Amino acid sequence: MSKISRRKLIYGGVAAAAGVGGLAVADRMAKRYGLLPPDGKGIYGPGETLTYACQRLLTVHKPVREFPRSMISKNPFANAISPRNDEFKRLEAGGFRDWRLVVDGTVAHPLVLSLADLKAMPVRNQITEVACEEGWSYIAEWIGTSLSDVLREAGVLPQTRYVVYYSTGKNGWESIDIAEAMDPHTLLTMGMNDGDLPVPFGGPLRLRVPRQLGYKSLKFVTHITATDDIKKFGKGLGSVDPEFGYAWYAGI
Amino acid sequence: MPAVSQLERTKIRRHSGVVRVTHWLTFAAFIALLVTGGELVISHPRFYWGEVGNVNTKPLFVIPIPSSRDTVPTGYGYVMPDQNGWSRYLHFEAAWVCVLTGIVYGIYGLVSGHFRKNLFSERRDWHWRAFRDRIAQYLRRKPPDSAEETSYNVLQRTAYVVVIFVLFPLVIWTGLAMSPAFTAAFPWTAELLGGRQSARTIHFFVSWLLLSFLIVHVAMVAMAGFWRRVRSMITGNLRSSEEGR
Repeated sequence: MSKISRRKLIYGGVAAAAGVGGLAVADRMAKRYGLLPPDGKGIYGPGETLTYACQRLLTVHKPVREFPRSMISKNPFANAISPRNDEFKRLEAGGFRDWRLVVDGTVAHPLVLSLADLKAMPVRNQITEVACEEGWSYIAEWIGTSLSDVLREAGVLPQTRYVVYYSTGKNGWESIDIAEAMDPHTLLTMGMNDGDLPVPFGGPLRLRVPRQLGYKSLKFVTHITATDDIKKFGKGLGSVDPEFGYAWYAGI
Repeated sequence: MPAVSQLERTKIRRHSGVVRVTHWLTFAAFIALLVTGGELVISHPRFYWGEVGNVNTKPLFVIPIPSSRDTVPTGYGYVMPDQNGWSRYLHFEAAWVCVLTGIVYGIYGLVSGHFRKNLFSERRDWHWRAFRDRIAQYLRRKPPDSAEETSYNVLQRTAYVVVIFVLFPLVIWTGLAMSPAFTAAFPWTAELLGGRQSARTIHFFVSWLLLSFLIVHVAMVAMAGFWRRVRSMITGNLRSSEEGR
């Protein structure tokens, strides 16, 4: 064996050992700090896990991007909404006075809240951008109650790792990790641009998750469940999106 | 052993192992990014300038193709199938391959002197005449001199430097400037570009520039002897041109 090839072999060996060791350490750290997304398996798992872990670390103590009032879009685009079911039509006819938000799961005292109950809690407004995975976007002012305040009110338990949220009827469900859920900008939104949140934009209640793409901001929210085990929901992939081939985490 | 010395004389070490591996990884990732990126455009083939843009705002330009969303007015009577799910997964996975490969290549290029020796032009070529002479040589289809067997001319060096140090960083930056989480952490990455929609539009054009580079690059390789050059990027050795191709 020549000198050159032996040196190459040693370098190669050291590089491979460092690579394998690095991956093992990264995997342990990721598990320990909750940096593995529920859909981080399969051929797209490595990319999805890297994206989620990096963006989670980058955004952990960062606020969302907010905009001046002058940048509010004149003609925001509501996007298609699912057909309203009879129950929704009945509640709409009643001015959503009977709309209820159920909060349960890993909480000390489950809640059933009306819109008035939510409005009685500290209300905040923020001017943020809705960005759709398709590429379009608009800016609006959103008014509502922080999800974190509602979760604290319900006495969210320390083992909680995800918050699952459901739309009315069978219109879908989503989840976010506890860090995103406890961020005060994650907003149970009831108002938009000086008025009630219009139905096409998700009224009467939409969970705005401004650091992720539009599809995480579920419309017509009726039910929130805190959980320590996301695998128990649906097919165990974190939300309905991976069941249609879309990523659970939508930070990019 | 005469056979061995004969072999050594007709082969030139052309590309290092790191260059070869990173070249092909980048190639594979770029093709994946191109296909999935094109697919993603179909879901909203309208482009804007500034922070926001949607079907209710005036576009900068519209690509006259059908869309995979019925909410986009295209003038076509049909809607393409939605392929955004896997396209987005693969786009970002391939982007990671590109970025990680780029980091390895960048460190190697600095440490080994690859950038200095092979890519940055020599001082005497920092002159428009050097570019003009080389362009004239291409236009007259004069065969390259023997130095180009083992080294890049000033036009090649300039093209590679622009692709590696301008276009790839720019396409990654504009891509990240579309990420709501990344721009939450670093708002200036979107603001410096004029906003999220500007970033998307620049991303689109830089992708076209990169595709143009790929086409010219492959055409030039074909003119220089396609299989001989491709083989040298796989094995690292360039057989002398007198030998059979």
